[in-house]
Amino acid sequence: MTDIAASAPRESGVTALIKHARYVLSENPVTGFAFALFVLIVLAAALGPHIVPYDPLASDTVEALKPPSAHHWFGTDQLGRDVFSRVVVATRLDFFIAVASVALVFLMGGLAGVAAGFFGGWTDRIVGRIADTIMAFPLFVLAMGIVAALGNTVQNIILATAIVNFPLYARIARAEANIRREAGFVEAARLSGNSDWRILTFQILPNVFPILVVQMSLTMGYAILNAAGLSFIGLGVRPPTPEWGIMVADGAAFMVSGEWWNATFPGAALMIAVFCFNLLGDGLRDLVDPRRRT
Amino acid sequence: MLTMILKRFLMAIPSLIGVVVVTFLLTRALPGDPAAYFAGPAATPQAIQEIRVKLGLDKPLIVQFGRYVDDLAHGNLGTSLTTGQPVTTELRNRLPASAELTLFGLIVSIVIAVPLGILAATRPNSPIDHACRIVSTAGVSLPVFFTGLILVYVFYYQLGWAPAPLGRLDVFYTEPPHVTGFYLIDSLIAHDPETFVAALKQLILPALTLGIFSLAPIARMTRASMLAVLSSDFVRTARASGLSSYTVIVTYAFRNAMLPVITTLGMVFSFLLGANVLVEKVFAWPGIGSYAVEALLASDFAPVQGFVLTMAVMYVLLNLGIDVLYGLIDPRVRLEA
Amino acid sequence: MITANNNKAPALSVEGLCVEFRTRSGIVRALENVSFSVGKGETIALVGESGSGKSVTAYAVMGILDPAGRVTAGRAVLGGLDLLSAKPSQLAEARGRDIAMIFQNPRTALNPIRPVGRQIADVLIRHGNVPRREAPAQAVEMLRAVGITDPARRAKAYPFEMSGGMCQRVMIAIALAAKPSLLIADEPTTGLDVTTQAVIMDLIGDLASKMGMATIFITHDLALAGQRSARIVVMHAGHVVENAPTGDLFVHPRHPYTAELIAATPDSAPSLDELAAIPGSLPDLRRADLPPCRYSERCPRKIDACAQSLPRPEPGATHFVACWNPLPMAQSAPVAAATTETAA
Repeated sequence: MTDIAASAPRESGVTALIKHARYVLSENPVTGFAFALFVLIVLAAALGPHIVPYDPLASDTVEALKPPSAHHWFGTDQLGRDVFSRVVVATRLDFFIAVASVALVFLMGGLAGVAAGFFGGWTDRIVGRIADTIMAFPLFVLAMGIVAALGNTVQNIILATAIVNFPLYARIARAEANIRREAGFVEAARLSGNSDWRILTFQILPNVFPILVVQMSLTMGYAILNAAGLSFIGLGVRPPTPEWGIMVADGAAFMVSGEWWNATFPGAALMIAVFCFNLLGDGLRDLVDPRRRT
Repeated sequence: MLTMILKRFLMAIPSLIGVVVVTFLLTRALPGDPAAYFAGPAATPQAIQEIRVKLGLDKPLIVQFGRYVDDLAHGNLGTSLTTGQPVTTELRNRLPASAELTLFGLIVSIVIAVPLGILAATRPNSPIDHACRIVSTAGVSLPVFFTGLILVYVFYYQLGWAPAPLGRLDVFYTEPPHVTGFYLIDSLIAHDPETFVAALKQLILPALTLGIFSLAPIARMTRASMLAVLSSDFVRTARASGLSSYTVIVTYAFRNAMLPVITTLGMVFSFLLGANVLVEKVFAWPGIGSYAVEALLASDFAPVQGFVLTMAVMYVLLNLGIDVLYGLIDPRVRLEA
Repeated sequence: MITANNNKAPALSVEGLCVEFRTRSGIVRALENVSFSVGKGETIALVGESGSGKSVTAYAVMGILDPAGRVTAGRAVLGGLDLLSAKPSQLAEARGRDIAMIFQNPRTALNPIRPVGRQIADVLIRHGNVPRREAPAQAVEMLRAVGITDPARRAKAYPFEMSGGMCQRVMIAIALAAKPSLLIADEPTTGLDVTTQAVIMDLIGDLASKMGMATIFITHDLALAGQRSARIVVMHAGHVVENAPTGDLFVHPRHPYTAELIAATPDSAPSLDELAAIPGSLPDLRRADLPPCRYSERCPRKIDACAQSLPRPEPGATHFVACWNPLPMAQSAPVAAATTETAA
């Protein structure tokens, strides 16, 4: 028996990860489904403008407010624009907002958190104070305040989302950095002359990444909901840019009078995207740390 | 007991200070000229200059902050450009509408989520357990304003069961004499059952929307907490003593399981206060959320600032309340030496 | 002093108890054909190493097994009622009123957010036919009976305000509130300091003899069992391997495992240098190919018959041993010398 064990080649890290991923996916078909959906969303974001039948900005008042049909799968809005095309093209913007928000909060919160955990002392206290102050606000209200103050551009929406999620990432990163402060590889890096900041960015932060990646998937869902919510109250993207939240806002008035397709399709797209990111986050949690399965 | 409340209150003060500082910065850190914001988009350069002097915006930042805090201490949150009314007055008038909606939504949420969580925990792997898990996952994915719109479409437009989403009361009714500002309570105090029913009918859909939104975290936490408590040592002792099912599940298990759920309420309130704004817009609810949104549309900035400040202060106080509630139930927190 | 009552009807009679656990890695046959009885007012001990199934036996009898566990066969007759096939309502009646249990880790076994007096009162109201109004006062009396000073004040206290010893006393009060005829004490002194251990054991003994209550001590400590019980039931890997009056067991142990246990007990070795270990380890209870005698694979006295079957307990026998090749009765000292050599 020992001969067989000895002769099996050692798998590289990536192969092992893929095998583990396949195992998790087979155990949990829901995660597989979420992953497939994620791929679909990415494709829609990447290829959207090139594959849609109509120009999302082209209005045609003759065709205004037509229900779904063979010509217009999702119907048309009050300006005669094809809802299907707008929904698909909007994927790019919403996906971009989600990814950018998450990247920004990982950098901001992750770095601040590991610095706080690693250095302790005043760094820790200041980061803690900032996080506490942010958390003293109801999160959406704070996002409203930030975008209202700075102006409604996509950048500000991304910034507001990142700020609002900062405390959570800082706290997780801080806890992980605390644990790793005394770890062997950190000592080795120090001894070979690396400055503290180099150690933080290149040694500790990458180690904290797997823990945060689960949260990042969930935050992507939140970022889309946040952007959509802000758009709904007029603080988001400006028309005529297609974005799911703003499309629901425009279509809201028509829901009450029965033209449901205006708001329902973008709303459904919102739901599906967020649901997908949440499921993906749960699946990633199983991949990264099976002990934490709920 | 009183010392605990006082201690918690003292711990909330830094948060309150932080909130005041941030809301101040939000206006003064605006790109461009803050005076222009407060003067409004239609103002002439002269008007902007007048506002600048009047609001002291030409003074150093520290002096401005001092004036800001002084104004706050006197309850002065500025004046709305669109209505000409002091922001404080308008907020005070509209607060009961938001409070009634949020409270009712929270009650709906708890009434559904807690039993769901308990049943899911006591009957693992049953249909109700699966339903609870689905609700918890789906609940966090639904955009709250979308839920509201769907509910309006189904229950008002299609089924005609609910009234039009046009605010707190149908046009044919007048509001009851003001006691608390809560129409449900005031109409009962005034012995006016018809108005009570009318107000209730208007309240159901928006409260349901908020409730569906906040169901998920409460149900999930209740289920997880009950599961943990039901397998604990002291529940085993209670069972071994032959105590009745009710005593074991409710008096012993549930009261202990509720502790983490109460802590979760803090996060739930954060969601609710934010969702409030969106729901008020969908249902034309005349609360402080829609007040802020209307002001935003008109680039009227003072109400928005006042709104953010008020919401934050309320949130800090709500969290304080939750801490106190927790202390009431858990003696280990109360009796720390 | 507690005496064995072999000629009267037993307080509890366990017959052929079999318990299985379903786990991710297979079915664990935790208990197989466990049989023993406790006479009225008698004190016995259930002894064995960790994993021998002694706690599982108690949990099965009380009906508080983990949901993954199932009783697959057997009876546990208490006062004419078979607890294992009773209806849930009958079982709930019997628990607390006729049979009670105390656990190790007394602090976690009490409700942390309920005053201890109320916890005792809950049992009194449920089983003790005590009107609600009088339950608090009676609870205070129970606290006094278990030796807690200033019971009226203590009744309002919470478990986290009490020491481990006091919590154990409270647990005893809860268990005995409805005056059951049988008490199961699962490692009641683990985690307590030595002085408190002795005090708690004395307390249980006193109350038992005052109330004419039968007691089952579950413990891994053979010395403790020897001091406090009239009869000892030795368990190994889910089987009862020997069942004898205490004196007989120590002077004439018949099962090889019992002899090893006695030898391994620190008291019996002349010095700590000579602590004997029992060779081998517990078999994996998930195996489908377990031999009938689960000790045989590590037993120095194994014979062919051991692979075929196991002796059945004989009702009425004073000294039962589940072994085809037991130690001869004539041997008056345990096999300490031989085993230390094999262990070394």
